[in-house]
Amino acid sequence: MDILITGILLGGTYALIAMGLNLQYGVARIMNLANGEILVAGGYFAFIAYTATQLSPILTIFLVAPLAFALNWLIYRLMLQPLVNRAKNRGQLETDSILATFGLSFIGLGLMLSFFGGDYFSYSFMAVPVELLGNTYGANRVLSFVMAVLICGALYLWLNRSRAGLSIRAIATAPASARLVGIDVKHLSALAFALGGAVTAVGGALISTYLTLDASTGVVFTLKALIIVIMGGVGDVRGTIVAALLLGILETLVASLLDPGLTLAAAYVMFLGILLFRPQGLFGKKPT
Amino acid sequence: MSLTATDIRNLCLATLVFAVCALLPLGDQGYWLGLGVTIAMFTALATSWALFSGPTHYISLATAAFFGVGTYVTGLGIDTLPFWSLVGLAGVIGAVLAALVGLATLRLSGVYFVIFTLGLAELVRQVITWVQNNSGQKGLYVLTDLDEAGIYWWLLGLSAAVFLAGWLIGRSRLGFALRIIGDDETVAAHSGINTARAKVLLFMVPGAVAAMTGAILAPRYVYIEPSLAFAPILSFQVVIMALLGGASRLWGPVLGVIPFTFLLEAVSSNFPNQTTLVIGVAFLVIVYLLPGGFVGLMGRINRHLNTREGT
Repeated sequence: MDILITGILLGGTYALIAMGLNLQYGVARIMNLANGEILVAGGYFAFIAYTATQLSPILTIFLVAPLAFALNWLIYRLMLQPLVNRAKNRGQLETDSILATFGLSFIGLGLMLSFFGGDYFSYSFMAVPVELLGNTYGANRVLSFVMAVLICGALYLWLNRSRAGLSIRAIATAPASARLVGIDVKHLSALAFALGGAVTAVGGALISTYLTLDASTGVVFTLKALIIVIMGGVGDVRGTIVAALLLGILETLVASLLDPGLTLAAAYVMFLGILLFRPQGLFGKKPT
Repeated sequence: MSLTATDIRNLCLATLVFAVCALLPLGDQGYWLGLGVTIAMFTALATSWALFSGPTHYISLATAAFFGVGTYVTGLGIDTLPFWSLVGLAGVIGAVLAALVGLATLRLSGVYFVIFTLGLAELVRQVITWVQNNSGQKGLYVLTDLDEAGIYWWLLGLSAAVFLAGWLIGRSRLGFALRIIGDDETVAAHSGINTARAKVLLFMVPGAVAAMTGAILAPRYVYIEPSLAFAPILSFQVVIMALLGGASRLWGPVLGVIPFTFLLEAVSSNFPNQTTLVIGVAFLVIVYLLPGGFVGLMGRINRHLNTREGT
């Protein structure tokens, strides 16, 4: 029971990060491998804001989100849009964007290493116990989970109820046809990419309240987010949430019963299962 | 298998180049030999990487995983088996591992393959660390009488074998099938090519070569531990070198290996903390300025000169 709840609390934040990546990959068609560095940057921002000015991470995210949004929008417009324009087919865009975002990821890592060094960073925010169903958990974990649920819920409503959300889902389903019904694909792709980056950075700020991060952990989060997105199905919000919770529970299970050093191996076992048995995602339909 | 006059000339030329390279340890035993080892190592790794990724356009990041497995084969077996058999054994294990990874991922689109290989080195590292923690063992000592020159000759031999293999594959039915897959996979499938099988077979080549490279280099490390053997940065360096040179020609990757080795050497001795930044910039240079690498650049210059002469 203890493991289950800790796993769900962790999975909530994973869901948020994976939602960010899913927006970028599902709509803007960019497999963003620099996603983890955006996350760590969000974490650093919260860390500095808290240690320097005692600003609560819950308030920091309102600063992190617009900053990350602007940064990702610029990245998309300046660096990725030219790749989309020159790509002759989907495969070439995929290869190009993977290489370009690898470059961005290493540059981000290099910059963070030279500014902050390679040390782990953590701070103590709301490290008070909360009782849930007979067991105690850190208040920071619970609060992060609640925030993640709120943001995921807001995104879900926005995607499913608003006109912009409808257009974004149309692009995710059929990018070529979306243009024919008068949707500004270029503009909305940039918007989705920027929004995805903002969501990921907020996830980073939230996760930094209870996990110890360092500059090079970004790639691990990128990998986990990718596994969640593939498992949940590209462009599928519901699948992403379920997959994130499953991964959170599985990791907590392995960490507490076997060894905390084997969490990535656990994620891989899950990934392999998906690849072998359901490559179209948990709720995806078989391609005809 | 009939050889034309050009083929024979190229073969003779390649043999001559390798023979000249083999003389390096006679000239210098210090700095330049060390650099020679690095270049020979990356030549074998990048050329074999391009054999697979050139025609298929799949970006493999599994090099570090296979390399690490190779070093562990030597580390575990050096007390009981002769060195040459360990190199062969590492090659077989690397090929089998590559086949398993390929079978799981290469039937699907390229993205799954990239993601899977991205974390592969880290995965194997975690598992080995866990096994070592449980068995109470920390690292392995590799003590041999193999010196730097010996390692250099081994690696040079391996590179020559990679070139020969690449040349033979290019002339075979498999090579022909792969060129069609690279141009258009749907067409390839419709003309009766088993695309998944061809890709898995070819992926075994870089797997085996990377494992053998690791096995050969293990004596140089003397002490082997997981974080050293499975350093993920190796995979990225190989990708950059191969793409910088150009993965579309057999001799392309070498053109990237040599300048990038010198660049990294210069950067790491002057600005030791900026190597990640250099790797990031190199990726962007490849994507935005040099698509197709130096090979592609030479092709464009040639075409430019030809059209100029035509008018």
